[in-house]
Amino acid sequence: MNRIIKCLKEKDNILSIYFTAGYPKLESTSKIIKTLKKSGVDMIEIGLPFSDPLSDGKTIQMSSKIALENGINTNLLFDQLKDIRDEVNIPLIIMGYLNPIFQFGLESFCEKCMSVGIDGLIIPDLPIDIYLNDYKKIFQKFNLLNNFLVTPQTKTSRIRYIDKHSEGFIYVVSSSSITGSTKKFDRESIDYFNKLKNMNLSSPRIIGFGISNNENFSIASRYSKGCIIGSAFIKNIEKNGLESINNFIREIRNPD
Amino acid sequence: MSYNIDTKGYYGKFGGAYIPEMLLHNITELKENYQRIINEKSFQLKFNELLKNYVGRPSPLYFSRKLSDKYSTKIYLKREDLNHTGSHKINNTIGQILLAKKLKKSRIIAETGAGQHGVATATVCALMGLKCIVYMGAKDIKRQAPNVARMKMLGADVISVKSGSSTLKDATNEAMRDWINNPVNTHYIVGSVVGPHPFPDMVARFQSIISKEIKKQLMVIEGRDYPDYIIACVGGGSNAAGTFYEYLDDERVNIICVEASGKGVSSGQSAATTKLGKIGIIHGSKTLLMQTEDGQISEPYSISAGLDYPGIGPIHANLFETKRAEFIAIDDDEAMTAGLQLSQLEGIIPAIETSHALAIFENKRFNKDDIIVLNLSGRGDKDLENYIKYFGIK
Repeated sequence: MNRIIKCLKEKDNILSIYFTAGYPKLESTSKIIKTLKKSGVDMIEIGLPFSDPLSDGKTIQMSSKIALENGINTNLLFDQLKDIRDEVNIPLIIMGYLNPIFQFGLESFCEKCMSVGIDGLIIPDLPIDIYLNDYKKIFQKFNLLNNFLVTPQTKTSRIRYIDKHSEGFIYVVSSSSITGSTKKFDRESIDYFNKLKNMNLSSPRIIGFGISNNENFSIASRYSKGCIIGSAFIKNIEKNGLESINNFIREIRNPD
Repeated sequence: MSYNIDTKGYYGKFGGAYIPEMLLHNITELKENYQRIINEKSFQLKFNELLKNYVGRPSPLYFSRKLSDKYSTKIYLKREDLNHTGSHKINNTIGQILLAKKLKKSRIIAETGAGQHGVATATVCALMGLKCIVYMGAKDIKRQAPNVARMKMLGADVISVKSGSSTLKDATNEAMRDWINNPVNTHYIVGSVVGPHPFPDMVARFQSIISKEIKKQLMVIEGRDYPDYIIACVGGGSNAAGTFYEYLDDERVNIICVEASGKGVSSGQSAATTKLGKIGIIHGSKTLLMQTEDGQISEPYSISAGLDYPGIGPIHANLFETKRAEFIAIDDDEAMTAGLQLSQLEGIIPAIETSHALAIFENKRFNKDDIIVLNLSGRGDKDLENYIKYFGIK
């Protein structure tokens, strides 16, 4: 069974962490994954850096830029991941924009993903219809799950459509914003989480964007399977270094 | 076969809408409504009335005796530089602001390179009383200072973009991020035939007034409604799309696109997309773009801020791929020289973007009886400082 599906089936209060590969140092990638695993996170999204990350805020723009300056590229990332499955058994997802994947060659990319033990992908600028027509068969051939996003603007009929074709989890974008805007969940967000919860979707949901603390993590877990934290994690590394990862995860899980 | 857009939003294999779910609501709203709104009689009336009495259309088709004599051919200049705000950009912003009004948007955002689109957007926002925010690369803010001042005078907020190469592509990224953050009340007036479908088609339709007028004007002057060659510079390619629009499928007409090769195609400082680019995805569109082997988007270079873009609109990528159009690259020096020449031969100071197109006559020979229409897309007021510095004029 795909590790993502197994994780979603067995766990609640899932904490998933996004980080940018090749940041802060080129060789940080596998070290961060191993540390995250040890600190008890349930799932990891490895960000494949892109020069023009359209849906990302300042933090991920900055980490992507530095990672690219450090020399990260797609081949190197796969190289950094080649022994990762010796030590890490939680689901690993690559999150990246379409162009670098397109240039690598979609089939070669998926094949490489499978060979290093990647379980799924999140590609924000790959719309579902194009995926279903042109990409799905290749993803399936290499046992990769594609995870789609929904936002507060997504119409009910489209949510149903995405749910029908969803393979892993539905990535619930918490508010109408790019990544890294940390505000409190307002009434509107809660209503939207509730609406999704009451739709009895067949796909599990994980909430992301703008989550940075225990309070938001708890709320997210009440309305879904858990949450994804990205910008706040990267900000913490920027400020406190890799040694602080354990503490950061503990603060999110159990602040006391 | 048509070189215009198909029903799925593609030009051949180029185009489409490769957008994150966060933009889907806005893009779908536009896609489902733009053709209907544009075709409404009341919209057309208002649009044409503004083009006539506010923009000053039709723009003249001027026979350039001196250029024609010098290059032994017949050269007409389509005078988009005489439009209100000084370039073709206003044709599109008038159209889109009326569309935004119909969609009940209260806030307008735009990206700008040379500042011409920013000024044209700020202008129509002032006219219609809508809030206007223009994203502009920090580097472009420096080299196009007069346009920054104009936008501010018109009441727009100009936001300096410091990410990436601090030019047009980065300003476009930032405008898209703004749109993600403001999905309900905001319309994004994209300034060129780039971005996700339906923007390339919508902008091309609004700019098509250029070739519609050329047809009528040529008929009066030459007794036929088509030229042998039409020529325009291409950054994203909106003035080119407007100039070619009515002739896309008319094979009697040869199309020439002029790109900026900066300091030379192989210098590492260039914006000649068809020479250096390959197919990929930029700003939501599948098109030709300059990129590294790993699919990171390259930082382009041109002395002209309006041509300093690493992609081209999907309509032009298809014209290149199918060989319908000929693409010629002109470097900084050739363009500047051609700009000075037009100033002193005809008393017309062109925008540096347009100077690239004008430099073609030193690079390609035409027959004596060829009728050539070159789109003079903008005036050079904004570039005076650059010209003066370049030529050391005292």
